[in-house]
Amino acid sequence: MSGQEDAANLLEVRGLTKIFGSLTACDHINLEIAKGEIHALLGENGAGKSTLVKMLFGSLEPYSGEIFWNGEPVRITSPGVAKKLGIGMVFQHFSLFEALTAAENIALSLDDGSPISSIAAKARALSYSYGLPLDPNSLVGDLSVGERQRIEIIRCLLQTPQLIILDEPTSVLTPQEADKLFETLLRLRDEGKSILYISHRLEEVKRICDRATVLRHGKVVGHCNPREETASSLARMMVGNEVQAVVREPAKGIEQAPVLLEVRNLSRRPATPFSIPLRDINLNVRAGEVIGIAGVAGNGQGEFFESISGEVRQQERASVRIRGKDAGDLSITGRRLLGAAFVPEERLGHGTASNMKLSENLLLTRHATDGKAFVGTGGSVRAGAIYTAAQRIIKEMDVRKSEPDPEAAALSGGNLQKFIVGRELDRNPAVMVVNQPTWGVDAGAAAHIRQALIELARRGSAVLIISQDLDELFEVSDSIAVMHNGTLSQPMPIAEASFEKIGLLMGGAETGHQEQTLETA
Amino acid sequence: MMRLELVKRPQRSVLFSMLSPFIAFVLTVIAGSIMFALLGVNPVKAFYTYFISPVTQVWQLHELAIKAAPLILIAVGLSVCYRANIWNIGAEGQFILGGIVGSIIPVMYPDFQSPVVLPLMLILGMVGGAAYAAIPAFLKARFNTNEILTSLMLVYVAQLLLDWMVRGPWRDPKGFNFPQTVLFSDAATLPQIFPDSGRANWGFVFALVAAVLVWILMSRMLKGFEVRVLGSSPRAGRFAGFSFNRMVFFAFMLSGALAGLAGISEVSGAIGQLQPSISPGYGFAAIIVAFLGRLNPLGIVAAGLVLGLTYLGGEAAQTALGVSDKVARVFQGMLLFFVLGCDTLIHYRIRLVGLMAAAPKAEEAH
Repeated sequence: MSGQEDAANLLEVRGLTKIFGSLTACDHINLEIAKGEIHALLGENGAGKSTLVKMLFGSLEPYSGEIFWNGEPVRITSPGVAKKLGIGMVFQHFSLFEALTAAENIALSLDDGSPISSIAAKARALSYSYGLPLDPNSLVGDLSVGERQRIEIIRCLLQTPQLIILDEPTSVLTPQEADKLFETLLRLRDEGKSILYISHRLEEVKRICDRATVLRHGKVVGHCNPREETASSLARMMVGNEVQAVVREPAKGIEQAPVLLEVRNLSRRPATPFSIPLRDINLNVRAGEVIGIAGVAGNGQGEFFESISGEVRQQERASVRIRGKDAGDLSITGRRLLGAAFVPEERLGHGTASNMKLSENLLLTRHATDGKAFVGTGGSVRAGAIYTAAQRIIKEMDVRKSEPDPEAAALSGGNLQKFIVGRELDRNPAVMVVNQPTWGVDAGAAAHIRQALIELARRGSAVLIISQDLDELFEVSDSIAVMHNGTLSQPMPIAEASFEKIGLLMGGAETGHQEQTLETA
Repeated sequence: MMRLELVKRPQRSVLFSMLSPFIAFVLTVIAGSIMFALLGVNPVKAFYTYFISPVTQVWQLHELAIKAAPLILIAVGLSVCYRANIWNIGAEGQFILGGIVGSIIPVMYPDFQSPVVLPLMLILGMVGGAAYAAIPAFLKARFNTNEILTSLMLVYVAQLLLDWMVRGPWRDPKGFNFPQTVLFSDAATLPQIFPDSGRANWGFVFALVAAVLVWILMSRMLKGFEVRVLGSSPRAGRFAGFSFNRMVFFAFMLSGALAGLAGISEVSGAIGQLQPSISPGYGFAAIIVAFLGRLNPLGIVAAGLVLGLTYLGGEAAQTALGVSDKVARVFQGMLLFFVLGCDTLIHYRIRLVGLMAAAPKAEEAH
């Protein structure tokens, strides 16, 4: 503690660099975090935020550069060292055992041999004092995502850290749960703790953060006070240029348009102990319309997508109807032949085969629908035709790549997603179902994809978008329905919808008692 | 202090995917030399005996073709399975069943002699192999059993079935109680390609044709695409609308049919009757051939010739050097071991890291 007098900064980072192969993930990063501030680390996906944080928490070793803690140079060689210094971290992807209780999970990471009962008591006391009520004896498997995050935060706080790092904490929370979290963070700050808050959500950064450091392509492009900036000026710093806003003309006369995708009393039993059953889902998507499905991750969206796409078939033929024809018992190929197209959430290994070329990945979803164009006599593949078609899609969607026909895994997430969406758009499908269209995609590519989906609808297709990003759904949807615990609410026209209302539904408020819930809330 | 570090390549290396079998071969030779030296045999002489002397005369090349033919035929079929990520280890059993079922006509109806006998035998051989392979395929598709175990265990069933057949119901009544069937008639014997210069039979031609056909299937046809997608990303394959269960049957029965064809070709071409043992482990050695040939049917032709050579070399070494013919098995094992090891180089490069060189910057901080 010798450098205490001159160390107004709790943590200071100078010239921190990390290189992966040919990629410089972090390039001479400078960062200062003062005591008692909430410091935002802003940047798009792939800007180097996670890499930087992993170096601060000791899970990655820096290539070069220095880290000062309370003014003294330190080497953080492992997460254990970071914890001893007083750095705690709440990860974006939780590391909890579902079959254990909250207290047992906390005990595992404390690693000091104190009995579970005393840990549980401490955790309970701490959780109530910070307004994060938590029952330490509940099984993690039974808890909601927001509650699981509380375990992570409590676990972190029990180690009395001076610096708490939170990686995208609100990406899995409802707006109401996020509000709760912000209160806790502000209280922690007032107690003199420092917080490094990683996010790409500009509004919340403006709301709670005192200072911000913006990263782009592994470099620091600026330090600023987010309260003095506008969301668009912050976005410009993150992206490097103005992102074109998505234009959505109001759809006209949709009520009269034919229903192209119809879901009737769709139910499904859980396939595994940890998956969600679908309960009596009904939905109509009309020609020309974009319907968004909001919901916190893990409320049945994946199961719903599988059932609509036909990766899992239904017993009831009429539970899914595409362009007026029963499709419930059809395979995914059969549904594609009826004019439907699907984009799954996972890009590598589901939407594409990662070690195959883009042209081969084009064949993946279109070998049946474009059979004549792509498959010749006796089942031979027309390599020239799929290559030409792949190049057409690459050009149309502005897919950036280093060689003419690279393997899917060689593309960045955003560019691969543009290709996957473009692959289906190129068919001009009558029904398009997309799960998480822009998850992990940079802002420029996301705008491109969203615009393309809106235009597809306006040309007369039915578009269904499942997303956990409310901003995105409000940008593209004509109506928004909410999925919660395997049920789907009535779609709410966008003119009537608000973050507040959708957020309540995401948290499980019943559709019928909406007004009432609002009053009590 | 130095340490080796494996660094993942951004993309698979085409260069090392070609070089890896050759590096593996060199490493096998080095390890083999050490082994020979320990056995007290001059390694240079040993390698000459093993790999050069068996191919110095034309008739020996015919022998090589006889050994390589079943290896190539089986390995080509296995390559389809392995590309689909389906682990058929039971080709030896499918080979034997092909031999048994293909022999039904010459053993049970020895008087039926016509030009259609041979084609019928070959077809029956393929049917026998495919049907036997359908057992582990069914068990996997229906009950999700581990096909490695079921297909392997069925090998022993097949071996004992053959043993019982030639000692029991199919024993040659005029064979002085030797455990073997009647000798096949000329109509039931696979002809030699060039009878003037050696014994090689049409089995080798079948192997080459099968290699080319499967190569076309895998690289040019939608079915081959389906195999590759389901093998590398099963979830993407399901998304494409391909059925994994159907692929299990396709891959198993295709490889079973080719192993069965190899079996009946061996019985009717090289042996001329059924005996208690009709294979010196071709079905297992073919696994090595498949990987040594990079699961590429054309590469497998070359790899089959190399492995065939280890069989001939083993025989030569037994007579010329007096070492056990089990040494051939040791060579085959080392070759597979090194091939699989060298495959790491396709996805990773090796970096030498001096611990001293990496540390100083951090040391200053203390």
